[in-house]
Amino acid sequence: MFDLDRWREIFQSINKNKLRSVMSGFTVAFAILLFTLLFGIVSGLSNTFKSAFADDAQNLMKVRVWKTSKPYKGLQSGRKVQLKNEDYNYIEGAYKNKIQYQSSKIFKNFSIKHKNEANMYSVIAVHPDHQFLEKTRIDEGRFLNVRDLNKKSKNIVIGRLVKRDLFGERPALGKRVNVNGSSFLVIGVFSDEGGDNEERKAFIPITTAQTMYGNNDHLSQIAIGYNPNLSLDRAIAFGNQIERDLREKMSIHPDDQSALSIRNMAEANKGVGQFMAILYAIVILIGSGTLVAGIIGISNIMIFVIKERTKEFGIRKSLGAVPSSIVGMVVQESVLITTLAGYLGLSLGTYILSLIGNSLEENYFIKDPSVSTEIVVGATLILISAGLIAGYIPAKRAANIKPIEALRAD
Amino acid sequence: MIKIEKLHKSYSIGKDSLHVLKGIDLDIKEGEFVSIMGSSGSGKSTLLNIVGLLDGHDEGNYYLNGQLIKDLNEKKAAILRNKFLGFVFQSFNLIGYKTALENVALPLYYKGMARKERLKVALDYLDKVGLKDWANHLPNELSGGQKQRVAIARALVTKPKVVLADEPTGALDSVTSDSVMDLLKDINNEGMTVFVITHEEEVAAQTKRIVRLKDGVITSDELTKEAKAV
Repeated sequence: MFDLDRWREIFQSINKNKLRSVMSGFTVAFAILLFTLLFGIVSGLSNTFKSAFADDAQNLMKVRVWKTSKPYKGLQSGRKVQLKNEDYNYIEGAYKNKIQYQSSKIFKNFSIKHKNEANMYSVIAVHPDHQFLEKTRIDEGRFLNVRDLNKKSKNIVIGRLVKRDLFGERPALGKRVNVNGSSFLVIGVFSDEGGDNEERKAFIPITTAQTMYGNNDHLSQIAIGYNPNLSLDRAIAFGNQIERDLREKMSIHPDDQSALSIRNMAEANKGVGQFMAILYAIVILIGSGTLVAGIIGISNIMIFVIKERTKEFGIRKSLGAVPSSIVGMVVQESVLITTLAGYLGLSLGTYILSLIGNSLEENYFIKDPSVSTEIVVGATLILISAGLIAGYIPAKRAANIKPIEALRAD
Repeated sequence: MIKIEKLHKSYSIGKDSLHVLKGIDLDIKEGEFVSIMGSSGSGKSTLLNIVGLLDGHDEGNYYLNGQLIKDLNEKKAAILRNKFLGFVFQSFNLIGYKTALENVALPLYYKGMARKERLKVALDYLDKVGLKDWANHLPNELSGGQKQRVAIARALVTKPKVVLADEPTGALDSVTSDSVMDLLKDINNEGMTVFVITHEEEVAAQTKRIVRLKDGVITSDELTKEAKAV
């Protein structure tokens, strides 16, 4: 219901009583400003944590092997452990439902050469799913596919910086490069959020590599993207299960971390998640405290304001104002002030956060601090209801004072 | 217009009860100019508050414009005040942050009249009390007499049945008092019922009927020379 006359009354009352309007507005604006800054800074911290893992998929698990450190089943310690195709196939077969992506890797450093340009790069042999596990972005061409693996094709996908080093501004797609003496066809160029090192890599089919490197079925590492529908706890359990199974299969002592270990993002995520949850809980506590202080502030001021206006209400009533029109007027004024002031505090807070931007990332781990829409909407709703309550309770009481008593007030 | 039968009113002060009005009978016809005289504590302000629907009564009957006033809630009372009554107070009771014109127009706002129309009507009434040129001044820029004339314009603007004036000259010097009383007389001459409360003989003498109140009962009720002169 839009009542122009009512709004005129309210604007006049606000306008003619600037000090008290500014005072009540200030409390709310300040509370919301603090609230916004607090939430923004914590979300900035949270962003830093999130981006620390951003270059890999969030559901990544890596199986790594080294040497045994404990004797087991008659086998001595110090034995070198080797992952093979059969381990890869075993995992694929045994846990099909719990796996979204799967890849294995062989790491080598080779010189890659094109015409007169040559450099050492990390050449990694992978499966097609690698693209999703490490969040590799294809800028040109395509990534390796199943056909490349089946045909053991000599195709290569190079990083953005490899391309820049070897080709400069010239196109690389369809050109041939020499990798450790073999000629490979460039079928794709990729980039990666992980930074320069990630983009100084090149990928070739794992089958091609195994043939080239000595015609064996050795693997350096197995990477698994667990089914994202798994909860963190179930994903952690899944990782532990693979670890146990592989140790058993390869005759490794169940506690031998050195021989075989799984780095599970689910565990890291859970740790970060718990940390952030505690941090958010603290912030919500402090933030709500700030809001409550603001609300109490405005309630106090409203009580004072209404006391001051009791006589005015008495006059209005003697002229024919019904109590509800007085309550409505006060509540509307209070809601207007809280909403405007709250919005001002919110905008100021958001503006300060945008000024901060990424400038605190280096030293204080605060990246891109900002407040989410839900928080903004939530805080606004709290404000409006605060204004409503702060205005309603004392106004209701004032409106019910008999006009004769109200007129006597000074 | 106003008919009161055996009206009683008590106030409780702590445990004690103060019996202020002890059976008042009063009948005021349309177009009368009545003053209620009495010293402080005689119950005259209480009577005005009850007549003005600013306060309720305990016993007896009160008819305003033929309508029995009983069990009024604040809302009904406010609507009846707006419709039938205009108030003039000793301390003027203008709203400080509104101009003279806006103060006069306020009762029309509560009547639901559109802004343009009510400002026009309010200006007419300001003109009537001789303050058209002061329409856009705030109350603190006006003299006491001017303020009271604004208040009278505000009381008249809804064309009420009765104008109730509580010590309308109490805060004014004798010259401005006279001009305010002249204004009330003019209003009465146009047919408006005017009900004045005062403790000043000179003021009462300018009305047409004086009701004297003492300790909550009416001691005399007679017409003045003014009435006989007409």
